[in-house]
Amino acid sequence: MVTMNSEADKTQATNALATMSSAVKSPAESTNPSPTATPITTSLGMPPSLSSPPPPSAGTAAATSGSPSSLPVIANGNNNGPLDNSTTQNAVNLNANSECSTTGNTANGPSGSVTKAAAATATSSPPTVKTERVRESATTTAATSDSSSSALKSSSGLLTMEAIIEKMQAESTGVAVRTVKAFMSKVPSVFTGADLIAWIVKNFDVEDVTEALHFAHLLSSHGYIFPIDDHALTVKNDGTFYRFQTPYFWPSNCWEPENTDYAVYLCKRTMQNKTRLELADYEAENLAKLQKMFSRKWEFIFMQAESQSKVAKKRDKLERKVLDSQERAFWDVHRPMPGCVNTTEIDIKKAYRRGGSSHGTGSAGASVAKNPVEQLTRIIALRKQKLERRTIKVSKAAEALVAYYDQYNEFDYFITSPELPNPWQTDSTEMWDTEKNSKEVPVRRVKRWAFSLRELLNDAIGREQFTKFLEKEYSGENLKFWESVQDMKALPQSEIKETIQQIWQEFLAPDAPCPVNVDSKSVELAREAVNSPNGPNRWCFDVAASHVYHLMKSDSYSRYLRSDMYKDYLNCSRKKIKSIPNLFGVKR
Amino acid sequence: MSESAVASSNANANEKMASLMKEAENLKTKLEEERQKLNDVNLSNIAERLEQIAYVNIKPRKVLKGHQAKVLCTDWSPDKRHIISSSQDGRLIIWDAFTTNKEHAVTMPTTWIMACAYAPSGNFVACGGLDNKVTVYPITSDEEMAAKKRTVGTHTSYMSCCIYPNSDQQILTGSGDSTCALWDVESGQLLQSFHGHSGDVMAIDLAPNETGNTFVSGSCDRMAFIWDMRSGHVVQSFEGHQSDVNSVKFHPCGDAIATGSDDSSCRLYDMRADREVAVFSKESIIFGVNSVDFSVSGRLLFAGYNDYTVNLWDTLKSERVCLLYGHENKVSCVQVSPDGTALSTGSWDYTIRVWA
Repeated sequence: MVTMNSEADKTQATNALATMSSAVKSPAESTNPSPTATPITTSLGMPPSLSSPPPPSAGTAAATSGSPSSLPVIANGNNNGPLDNSTTQNAVNLNANSECSTTGNTANGPSGSVTKAAAATATSSPPTVKTERVRESATTTAATSDSSSSALKSSSGLLTMEAIIEKMQAESTGVAVRTVKAFMSKVPSVFTGADLIAWIVKNFDVEDVTEALHFAHLLSSHGYIFPIDDHALTVKNDGTFYRFQTPYFWPSNCWEPENTDYAVYLCKRTMQNKTRLELADYEAENLAKLQKMFSRKWEFIFMQAESQSKVAKKRDKLERKVLDSQERAFWDVHRPMPGCVNTTEIDIKKAYRRGGSSHGTGSAGASVAKNPVEQLTRIIALRKQKLERRTIKVSKAAEALVAYYDQYNEFDYFITSPELPNPWQTDSTEMWDTEKNSKEVPVRRVKRWAFSLRELLNDAIGREQFTKFLEKEYSGENLKFWESVQDMKALPQSEIKETIQQIWQEFLAPDAPCPVNVDSKSVELAREAVNSPNGPNRWCFDVAASHVYHLMKSDSYSRYLRSDMYKDYLNCSRKKIKSIPNLFGVKR
Repeated sequence: MSESAVASSNANANEKMASLMKEAENLKTKLEEERQKLNDVNLSNIAERLEQIAYVNIKPRKVLKGHQAKVLCTDWSPDKRHIISSSQDGRLIIWDAFTTNKEHAVTMPTTWIMACAYAPSGNFVACGGLDNKVTVYPITSDEEMAAKKRTVGTHTSYMSCCIYPNSDQQILTGSGDSTCALWDVESGQLLQSFHGHSGDVMAIDLAPNETGNTFVSGSCDRMAFIWDMRSGHVVQSFEGHQSDVNSVKFHPCGDAIATGSDDSSCRLYDMRADREVAVFSKESIIFGVNSVDFSVSGRLLFAGYNDYTVNLWDTLKSERVCLLYGHENKVSCVQVSPDGTALSTGSWDYTIRVWA
């Protein structure tokens, strides 16, 4: 599938590899934790700064150079200096070497970024194809984002979060970042949860601390800020220390990292035989799994880890601390601790649409969108349609919506407590049981019949009452016709034709036994529809039915509401309610 | 010669595009002018006379646990206490939400079931997803359910949403192929198809009017369309969202719709005024909306967000009333129970919760 034939292809592939390698490797290189450079802290056992953060007051007192000067440490991770460029170069070379050594035995493994090109040349097995695709997406997202990925980012709120993070990092108006002195060591570039929450409350339209905490939690679980010594990405409103993630590791800049990268990272962590860098249980489990999975090229993974850790050794101690933690937080986002949310998962519908799902390539909608002329023509047609439409003033529409609320608010369980207790609130099914078993119709239900004909007909008893009323008025056929049409529309297709004939015969035909009072135009439309060459469809009586409906609404319905029949029924339910004392025992 | 022909046809195409774009823009401006003439007052001004909703008595009442993956869709039974849910674990579960018992659990042929719906009789459920199909299951014993399933319709892309429009005999579906379709359950015949969206259809809802002939659809083309089932045509269209429309719902009065979008806003469009009458958004809300539903009076709009919360909006005053915390991952679906007594929410945290 992906065989490199021509020279051009080869160059392309190499370029892709280079981009990929630099994308994947350089952060790993640049954030290399040191294996041996902290003898003092380890000789003292647990580094006190990390295991027990000092109280906030001590932290403030110990703050050294202030926030602006400690920021560059973070920035370093972003604009990689010359050192990083050279290490990137190294990584590429390393890849090239390993390519030769691993081609033979890793062709079928779930190859990581490193051996991809090698695997691609050697075989076209499914895993290779898959990694190939991953690489493509990785390079596109690493480059200036294309439209679909930026759409995705904006949809998931990442860009907005990034704007907020930038605000938080503003020199004078942001969250105060400082380096905290603790016992024997320094904790560089941190801020407290309490400071962060206070900042959010002050700068955002959040309602309370709870919302601010939730907001901070989201920023953290997406990897923008992280607790300096906890795999669980969340924020507490106390003196716990947090750090900003370097933009390099922001989810929007990130490719979905591969298991080989994770293996290298975990492997590297084991090389730093310091207690503070010890793997968590789940990480150790993951490492064991990965070792099994990549057994054939473990040697190579190990070498990579080793070389990364050598590079890290050369770094300044504080800088290394920051970079270590940032890399850890990156993996906490992409390989979260069990029980933590993986925020990098995207909605399957959206993934499918972009063709990023393994279940298929993009959907048809995408192809339509690609025909701009057709799309524009549609939009023009829709706007023309809108222009021709007769509309009412916003004030009138608004009045209608408010009036609807006025009428229905007493039936809205979330706004008005019902007569009988809400079953969900009290764990008592009394309300449902009464509804089902009682022969009495509560007055509030009868009241609703007066709201609209639709309400009346939606209530089985209401419909029964109205039918009786119409029969008394000798106009029962209207409702019968309307009901027949509605029932017919709900039938399976196989019964439609026959039923249409029946309805026609009964209500509309010249010699119908039960003629309805419909204008000749509607009858004519119905006749045409019934006899249409394509066969009648279930909507053929719709015009006639809606005519009848409006007739009932404007005439019979209003007379029903004024009738003694309705009034009696209403009073009757009222009286009955009064006679049942326990209904009033319930607090309203 | 041929090259110049190609060049000139390219130039023609570009010219055509430019003129179409200009026409579309002109129409937009004109439309805005026209609508502005009738935009005499804000909905929230009219609603000033209403009392503020100071407090809504709503708490988590039930947690339905049993799915082993993200819950993608739920639907209330017409009996007001059962809930059907579909999850990425490939199972369809029928719950007695009141007792939190699982009454049925059916394993699906595909794990990607995106949508499910109860038939009005409560005797059938329909579901579908990445299999592009809508399948009907009778509600009987578990084994029988799987054996007696029937495929009713097939789209050319995933099926994102389905509803029964007033009858067990028909199913209305929306799909990633950017169409909606009305199917005859018995024969699997396509009764009507609805073309017009230029993006994946994400949600549909049936109009609560007496004829049941209209429905609304929301799509990734950022539009919401009102359709006439009889003709298969768009009768009204609403634009304004900046991103995918993930959810649409009719106001209980049937004359307005609410939408929820990836642009992290919900909007209220009035069909009589043919325009947007309210936007529900806040600076601190930055994640997309997956699902919306109204309370009985239409005053409250429940909206489930990607930030794990449910926001309650006062639709008339355009204010947020409160926030519901509880879910630990994205809220994928919210729905008010048929009698309006409770709200169900489904989430990527594998649970379904009932609030009242």
